[in-house]
Amino acid sequence: MLGAYLPILLLVIVAVLFGLVSIVLSSLIGQKKPSPVKLAPYESGCTPVGTARERFSIKFYLIAMLFILFDIEAVFLYPWAILYKKLGVFGLVEMGTFIVILFVGYIYVWKKGALEWE
Amino acid sequence: MDMITIPAVNMTPILPEIFLSVLAMALLLINVFIPSGQKSYLGYISFVGVVAAGVLVGAGWGAPVESFSGSVVQDNFATFFKIIFLLSAGLAILISDQYMEREGCNHGELYPLILFTVVGMMLMAAGTDLMTIFLGLEVMSVALYVLAGFNRANLKSNEAGLKYFLLGSFSTGFLLYGMALTYGATGTTRIAKIAAIVGQMTVPSANIMLVAGMLLMLTGFAFKVAAAPFHMWTPDVYEGAPTPMTAFMSAGPKAAGFAALLRIFLVALPTLQVEWSQLLWVLAVLTMTVGNITALRQDNIKRMLAYSSIAHAGYALVGFAAGNGTGAAGILFYMLSYTFMNIGAFAVIILIGKKGEANGTVMDFAGLGFKQPALAVAMSVFLFSLAGIPPTAGFIGKFYLFSSAVQKGYIWLAVIGVLNSAASVYYYLRVMVYMYMKEPTEDFEWTRITPPIALSLLISVAGTLIPGIVPSVILQFAEQAVKLI
Repeated sequence: MLGAYLPILLLVIVAVLFGLVSIVLSSLIGQKKPSPVKLAPYESGCTPVGTARERFSIKFYLIAMLFILFDIEAVFLYPWAILYKKLGVFGLVEMGTFIVILFVGYIYVWKKGALEWE
Repeated sequence: MDMITIPAVNMTPILPEIFLSVLAMALLLINVFIPSGQKSYLGYISFVGVVAAGVLVGAGWGAPVESFSGSVVQDNFATFFKIIFLLSAGLAILISDQYMEREGCNHGELYPLILFTVVGMMLMAAGTDLMTIFLGLEVMSVALYVLAGFNRANLKSNEAGLKYFLLGSFSTGFLLYGMALTYGATGTTRIAKIAAIVGQMTVPSANIMLVAGMLLMLTGFAFKVAAAPFHMWTPDVYEGAPTPMTAFMSAGPKAAGFAALLRIFLVALPTLQVEWSQLLWVLAVLTMTVGNITALRQDNIKRMLAYSSIAHAGYALVGFAAGNGTGAAGILFYMLSYTFMNIGAFAVIILIGKKGEANGTVMDFAGLGFKQPALAVAMSVFLFSLAGIPPTAGFIGKFYLFSSAVQKGYIWLAVIGVLNSAASVYYYLRVMVYMYMKEPTEDFEWTRITPPIALSLLISVAGTLIPGIVPSVILQFAEQAVKLI
């Protein structure tokens, strides 16, 4: 029974080997001409300013978290849109329930002031 | 255009869950619209809601219904556990208000979170599909992580929340991996189908994937019920969490863990009983001994009860190791009695405590017997029951659990259990010594007992004494409940 998974195992082995071999080979036989600009960390093409390990406001986390939450909602709406006619009333009720639950969360977040930046 | 066939869905088995979820969401909305001084109303509403849900659940007794293509069931087993969860939630709500007011964290989110926890626990008990059980576990756990860290201004509470979250999610990983392997070995997540497929295997214990799945699931649930050696989180989390939530956490979710364990192991994997009951034998002995020995040296009463809670999980595991009808009924009875006696004891701790989690040691009970005789009597009842001294529910429960082990031939397991129980008497009675034989400290000032806490104490004393004196009132229900599995 486990034999059926052999291709997956082979894929994993090949993937790991490919990664290792290309890194090792390029570091062994590749040319190295380092310059300060080349060694600097990549920052969208701008000249890096200061350290990357700065403290920043917790608000970013909150907004990011809420974004993911409501973004997932949109992701779930797509398959429903495609199967809208096939699912009929059942789908409408199910998605309605889903959206209402998220809406409750939205009102809560809004009233709590989590969306205000200041 | 071909239509997708919509399965006929019978909502009856999950009616209480739907009711509680809607109520919790409504409370969440009410919470943001009312001024901060009036959060107690949310507590009253949620208490009434829990009672109403109890009526809904109780109405389903003796009328088994299956729904969602057999992934959720309403049977007596689920109903019995749901009543335990609702009781623990109801009592926790009653003891919350005064404490949260005192600690200055009376945020209205507390009550919706408790209700969501209950919904999760109910799904765990009612689920007959590994996926349903897992979803229930997640709903329960995520809400509990927040509840453990609910006192945001208190560092210990923060620590408890974070610790519980990190270790809890890790153990959930184990559980899910176990479920995945079980699915891999059997090709289904339905518990009844797993039982049928495993039953057809000639030597199920030779199927490594199945055995590994079983072990990983056992690990995941052992963490949730705080069984040694997966108990390391318990003392810190129980000590740091707000006291009412510690009470709740040690009663409801522990019972939920046992509900899922019992259903999976006794219904889906009875053919592997020889293997798992040996494991549980070891687990039970370890859990009882570690819990009791460590509790002996605790001065902080919440920490002491945390270790005692580990020990009590061990006693319940004795019945599980036996794996027979008596053992299962014993676990149900014990979980119900433990809910009453433990939450009752925590209610007294809340009344002893002072702002900022002060007065939390055994020594602070000094002189309680002279100053507040009624409260001291109530505490004595709970402590006697926790120690397993008749005529309390704790004694009957232990008697049942240990006799199930004897029936099964695990004489040594029963002997170790009784020895452990004897050792535990020391640290429970130590509190009583302080209550009745030590002078009260001079700056002895009494917290007033508010009606909700008084009600919870009354219910807890009744729930501890009545099944202890007339055990048949509860035992007959427990025995009917385990007949189905």
